[in-house]
This record gives sequence, structure tokens and C-alpha cells, in this order.
Amino acid sequence: MPFYVSPEQAMKDKADYARKGIARGRSGVVIQYDGGILFVAPNPSSALHKISEIYDRIAFAAVGRYNEFENLRKAGVRYADYTGYQYDRSDVTARGLANWYAQILGQFFTESNKPFEVELVVAEVGESPVSDQIYRITFDGSVAEEHGFVAMGGQADQVAAVLKDHYADDLPLVRALGAAIAGLAGQGNGEGTELSASQLEVGILARDRVHRTFRRLTGARLEVLLAEAAGSGGSGLASPPAGAGDEQQPGEAASPDEGVTP
Amino acid sequence: MGSGFFAGRFIAACMDAGTSSFADLVAACAPETLPGAGAAAAAQLGGAAGPAQGAAGAAVESAGPYLPHGTTIVAARFDGGVVMAGDRRSTAGNMIAQRDIEKVFRSDDYSCVGIAGVAGIGLELVRLFQLELEHYEKLEGRTLSLEGKANRLSAFVRGNMGAALQGLVVVPLFAGYDEDAGRGRIFSYDVAGGRYEERPYHSIGSGSIFAKGSLKKLYTESLSDREVVLACMQALYDAADDDSATGGPDLARQIYPVVAMITADGFRRLSDAESGEYARAVVEERTREPSGPVAPLPPVP
Repeated sequence: MPFYVSPEQAMKDKADYARKGIARGRSGVVIQYDGGILFVAPNPSSALHKISEIYDRIAFAAVGRYNEFENLRKAGVRYADYTGYQYDRSDVTARGLANWYAQILGQFFTESNKPFEVELVVAEVGESPVSDQIYRITFDGSVAEEHGFVAMGGQADQVAAVLKDHYADDLPLVRALGAAIAGLAGQGNGEGTELSASQLEVGILARDRVHRTFRRLTGARLEVLLAEAAGSGGSGLASPPAGAGDEQQPGEAASPDEGVTP
Repeated sequence: MGSGFFAGRFIAACMDAGTSSFADLVAACAPETLPGAGAAAAAQLGGAAGPAQGAAGAAVESAGPYLPHGTTIVAARFDGGVVMAGDRRSTAGNMIAQRDIEKVFRSDDYSCVGIAGVAGIGLELVRLFQLELEHYEKLEGRTLSLEGKANRLSAFVRGNMGAALQGLVVVPLFAGYDEDAGRGRIFSYDVAGGRYEERPYHSIGSGSIFAKGSLKKLYTESLSDREVVLACMQALYDAADDDSATGGPDLARQIYPVVAMITADGFRRLSDAESGEYARAVVEERTREPSGPVAPLPPVP
């Protein structure tokens, strides 16, 4: 016979367990810029992604246990493609997906012994910045709608505090990237503060693209952006020069192979 | 992560699906929404009706010809890729059902698909195929090989065989740029899902006999991309000339064939203005010479 454990205690234990698991990984940042939504996460692996495309205008970012959020990512793609197939592509929304994830995570948190050790962000790029949507879903299934930027992971509060100082509406891509790097570099978990292109995973939902708006920024393109971001006051930036690095339309002239690379 | 945790069948399917195929997911969750499923269900109904086996089947069969049908698609290779073109008519019996239907579609960055036969099922087939390729790409982080795509389409056509036997026949023509081989390739299908690679050109649909005959006399391996587009346009004109179900270029309404070109740079659908240029050139030439280009006859022995 199992000992009696009060529901309060059981929930608290599960929440502590999940938090601890999530805190082990590094944080990630999702931030709006003038041309869409930017996703940045420290990730030394170029094969195991923390940031991914879900649908035409929706992308996904996660921290925590890889196998768990990868499973959730795949489920999200299935949800989105299925919904779009049964109705119309325009009927697939970040709000619907966030609620769906919340249902899964919430159900799992209450019914399973081991909750998901993940934190998710689902973002949808709209026709204009005011119609952009960013949702943060935590391990227990709670959903929060965020505006401007959101940090997730163990050091989320610390990262968010830095982001708050650097964020403004309608930042150009370079400045938004600079802000994200500044936030991520400030994580006090003993890692070096230098974040190079090979240690970062970066993706964007580009507002002006048609059909599938998600693009990964990799290789030379990312290195140039990072250099510009550092130049415009990336990590020490209090007041970057006005108009610095007015970025060209992201991926406007993208050829198919610049598309959604794995 | 057993499905027992998930009350909803759909959530369980999404969390536990051991497949990267979208069609398999739909088959598990809502098989009745797959293309051609309605016809198969109607056939079963006919079977359950008793001795008058096929009563419903016969009804479906007789309805077949009165549903809108897509007509002629042509495709031809050239040095840097492949071109596919389709006329814009759909017919229901002796009626023109639509003058500006599109029957050639981008299936992904490096492939396209055209359909001939029952338009309703064909368009659904294309939609499912497009999603299948995109779904796989998103889940696996890589695109299928061209052969892989052609094989998936084969399975979809086979899935429609029940409906095809009821008279609701639809067959696709698939073309794409094979990045591994560095050239364009064309695949045709039969209603049983048989898949055949065609070289260097092919045509499907009611006007295909005429279109293929035309291409036979116009096509050479050395044609450039623009010349191949023109040859396809000529072939469609010849199909429309002799097949009542194929529509010719409609200059009055500015409705021209849909032309897709796929090269190493990816899929490109010619704009209406571009397609119109080719179409007008063909019509102009045919005004002078109604039968079109004439192949030189070799000397009499």
C-alpha cells in the first residue's frame, strides 16, 4: 500500500522536479523585430533543434529535455497539418496550437508520475507587429501570452531582465539579435559569455514572405548578422547608434535551397 | 508515453504516430476524409444492399461521366530540367464545367504534379500529396528523394483504386528535378498505382493521343527551355484542335495554359503574361498555317 501523499505535496513535488530538469538546460529567447519574430537559442548541435517550423506562419521554440520537446514538436506539426487539411490553411493558429499543447501538458502533469520537463513557446507572425502572437506554455500546462519578447528556461528571469533593457518596438533584425545575445550571454551558469555562430541556433518568421515564412539563419548569413549586432553594441549596448544596421528584408530573395534546412 | 494518458484519439495519434507520413496520420484519424473514400463507401453500400450488388455501384458509375473531368497535361524534359503544361478546361459530359481550371500544381520546391480524370478527386489527391511532402520535410528535416516522392504518389493513386473501379478514374503526371541525378524526370501512373518513368516527354488525359503525336514530331533532345515550353504549347493546341474536351488558348478571356518549369533553381510557374506570349505566338502561327509546323518528309526512295 502506498503512503498517503496529499495532492498539494504531490503537485509541488512534480513541479519542483520539472523546474529542476528545465533549469539544467540553457535559456532561449523569442523576440519581435520590425520584419517578424526572431528565435535565438544557444545550441552547439546543428542536428538537434530547439527551434522549428510548425506551419506557414507559426514556429516553435523549446527548452528542457530534447526527446520530450521533440515529441511535442512533431505532435504540433501533425496537429497543424491535420487542421489545415480538414479546414483551411488560414484556420491554423498559434492560439489553437498553444491551447492544444496546454491541454497535453496539463493532462500529463496531473495524471502522470513524471511531468514533461519542457517549456515551450509558440509564435505566429501576423500581417503587422500588433497582430503577432507569442505564447509561452510551461510544464504544468499554463499558458501566458507575451508581447515583445519572452525568455524561457532556467535563467528566464535573469535573461528577461536584460532583454527588458534592450527591447523596443520595431527593432531592426540586427538590434533584436543583439538584444537576444546580450540576454543570453548574461546567464550566470558558468558558461563563457561569448556566443559564436556555431554555438547558436537562430530562426525567423519573416512577415513579408508568402506561404512558409520560417527560415533558419545559418552559416555566413548569421556570422555577418552577429558581427553587425556586436558592432551596433551587441553585448554592452545601452544606446546603439540610431539606424544602425537597417537590415534588408530577411530572406526575400531566398532560393529553394535556402529554404527550411534541417 | 502510452496513449492511455491521452483521452483524445487525435492527441494520442499525434503523440504516438510512428510515422512521418501525413496520409498515414489521416488514415488513422479520419480515413473517411481521404480522396476517393466516399466512392469506396458508396460501393460498400451497394454491396450491402443485397442481390442487386452494384446497384449503387452502377449509380456511381453512371454519375462518373457527368462529374467535371480534367483533360490534357503534357510534360517534356530539357537539358536543365523539365516543363509541365496543362490546358484550362474541365468537362462534365458534353458540358464545359469550367474554363479556367488549374490542373498543374507545385508539389514542393523541386516537383510538380498534373491531374487528368475526375477533378474532384484529383484536386484532393494533389492537396494530400502536397501536404505529404511538406509534412515529411518538417518532421524529418530533409526532403524526400524524387523517387521517394514518386513512390508516395503511387501509393495514393492505388488508394483510389476502389473509386476508379466505380468509374471515378483519376491519374496524375509527376515531374521534378532530381537533385541527385542533376536532371529533370517525368513519371506517369496507371489507376492501379503502377509507376512508369517517361522519357523524354509524356502526356495524359483525353487529348493525350494528339498531344503526344504532336510532341513526337516537334521534340528533340536539344531543345532549350523556352523551346520546350513552345513545343508543349503546340502540343496542347493540337490536343484542343482534335479533342473536344481539351480547351485551346482563350485569347478573348485571356485564359492560357498553366506552365510550370522546374530546374536546379526550383519550381517556377510562368506568369499569365508569359504563358500568354507563347499562346498568342502559337495562335498567330496557326492563323497562317492551321495545322501547325510540318515535319519534313524524307526523300521518296
